[in-house]
Amino acid sequence: MKIEAIIQPSRFESVKDALREIGIEGMTVTEVRGHGRQKGHTEVYRGREYTVDLLPKIKLEMVLPDALANRVVDTILRTAKTGKIGDGKIFLSRVEEAIRIRNEERGENAL
Amino acid sequence: MKCVGWKCSFSLVLVLGAILLAAVPLSAQQTPASFAVPSTIASFLATPETPKALSEKLTQLDKDVKAAQSSADNAWMLVSAALVLMMTGPGLALFYGGLVRRKNTLAMMMQSFALMALITVMWALVGYSLCFGGDGHFIGSFEHAFLRGVGADPNPDYAGTIPQTTFMVYQLMFAIITPALITGATAERMKFSGTVLFLTLWFLVVYAPLAHMVWGKGGLLNASLGGKFPTLDFAGGTVVHISSGVSALVCALYLGKRTGYPKQPMPPHSLVLSFIGACLLWVGWFGFNAGSALASNSLASSAFVATHFGAAAAALSWSAAEWIKNGRASALGAISGAVAGLVAITPAAGFVGPMPALVIGLIAGAACYWMVTKVKAIFGYDDALDAFGVHGAGGTIGALLTGVFAQQVINPIFGAGKPVGGLDGHWGQVGNQLVGILIAWIFALVGTIVLLKIVDLLTGIRVPEEHEIEGLDITQHGEEAYNLES
Repeated sequence: MKIEAIIQPSRFESVKDALREIGIEGMTVTEVRGHGRQKGHTEVYRGREYTVDLLPKIKLEMVLPDALANRVVDTILRTAKTGKIGDGKIFLSRVEEAIRIRNEERGENAL
Repeated sequence: MKCVGWKCSFSLVLVLGAILLAAVPLSAQQTPASFAVPSTIASFLATPETPKALSEKLTQLDKDVKAAQSSADNAWMLVSAALVLMMTGPGLALFYGGLVRRKNTLAMMMQSFALMALITVMWALVGYSLCFGGDGHFIGSFEHAFLRGVGADPNPDYAGTIPQTTFMVYQLMFAIITPALITGATAERMKFSGTVLFLTLWFLVVYAPLAHMVWGKGGLLNASLGGKFPTLDFAGGTVVHISSGVSALVCALYLGKRTGYPKQPMPPHSLVLSFIGACLLWVGWFGFNAGSALASNSLASSAFVATHFGAAAAALSWSAAEWIKNGRASALGAISGAVAGLVAITPAAGFVGPMPALVIGLIAGAACYWMVTKVKAIFGYDDALDAFGVHGAGGTIGALLTGVFAQQVINPIFGAGKPVGGLDGHWGQVGNQLVGILIAWIFALVGTIVLLKIVDLLTGIRVPEEHEIEGLDITQHGEEAYNLES
């Protein structure tokens, strides 16, 4: 199961720490920009206004054994939530195969 | 005069002793100890054999005093020259470099740096002579071409206590920064070849005559060396800021808008760079304005203080205007305000006290804010980094207010007891300032249009649109400012 979570940059440290506490070690993290329902903000430079609608977010990607997925989702929900618009989203999807490049292990062994 | 053995050696001892007594305190600072000298001289005078020795000693003393003053003035003027160079690089280069988009950073900085090299060579060949040689109304002469006759001896017309070499190199730094200011208006779209050619010609055709008219002996607008319309310009309100600012406006109009302006956002790529640049400009400006006293004297102190106060007041008034309008005071606003204040106080620095300096700063900060936010938007010209809005407008306001606030107490330029500015009782000076401003405007307008046409024919002015989109760093210089992955 693949989990993609887009969260507020300010919540990232808490999310990461909480995931480590439940035993999740591996993840891929990307700094991204985007927006959903959250409106951007305006910046003014010498009187010229710019609307900045793509806001900085953090994207976490993890591929996990199915049994762990729900716990991870719960943990992210608990730690990433501020209750305001812009907290982000979590996407779950099935993964066909996983292969460890070093020794060509496959399936859950590769995770 | 007969010289008997013991008497001769006795008087020699006396002479030596007196020289030591007199020279030591004078070469340091004037301390009460130097009052011991006259009594020594008096007892010395009592002996009939010594007038020749005395006159020699006095001549020597006179030389020593002059040498001491020259050393002090020269030290300050060399430091000032270095400070003014620092305003262009790195000051202006960072200030402008941070305000453009990332893809044009190096191109922006390179324009300032290229002028540091280019104008220096031009200055050595003919530039200095065209500005400060001869006594013509409109332009200097070739008297000092190739720096002929420029050496250790002072040029008494301009700075009587420092080597002319120092005066020459100090004035060079002004000639460097002035064309560099124009690049703020041509940013992000002008060819490097066209920029180099245009600014070289501009230095010869616009800067040199204007510098001579205002600062040169016999110049049409000179205030103390026989000008017809004595315009007060202590450190370059007309020569530096009006000339560059007005030319910048012409360049912006001639070049046209940057592709995508004003719809596409073009925010500054690094206000941190601009911030450092502005702070360096502020410090460098002490050399620019206080150094324009051309001596390490009380006038330099007065100009130093006025400069600092003007900058501070303008930073506050720009920020206040912004706070009222946008609900926030920005870092870019504060540093822009400080630069506007420094521009406006430039012509006034050596003529006004601290309080008028505050007033000039307050007015300039608010007025330049209005220029770059409102006036620019109304007319729609793309003065990319506001060279006109800050230097043209700030310089004009400063030049005008100099005529209002100049005081003989600070600088009796028209002679002892004669009022200088309007509030001093000489409102005619405001008229003189207007003439100076008008001539500087017309000169810059006409000269720039003609030169742009010529350069457009020779090298072209504007980069092709695809180069503009790709960025000038790569297309003009073949490099990038930020190779963060390498």
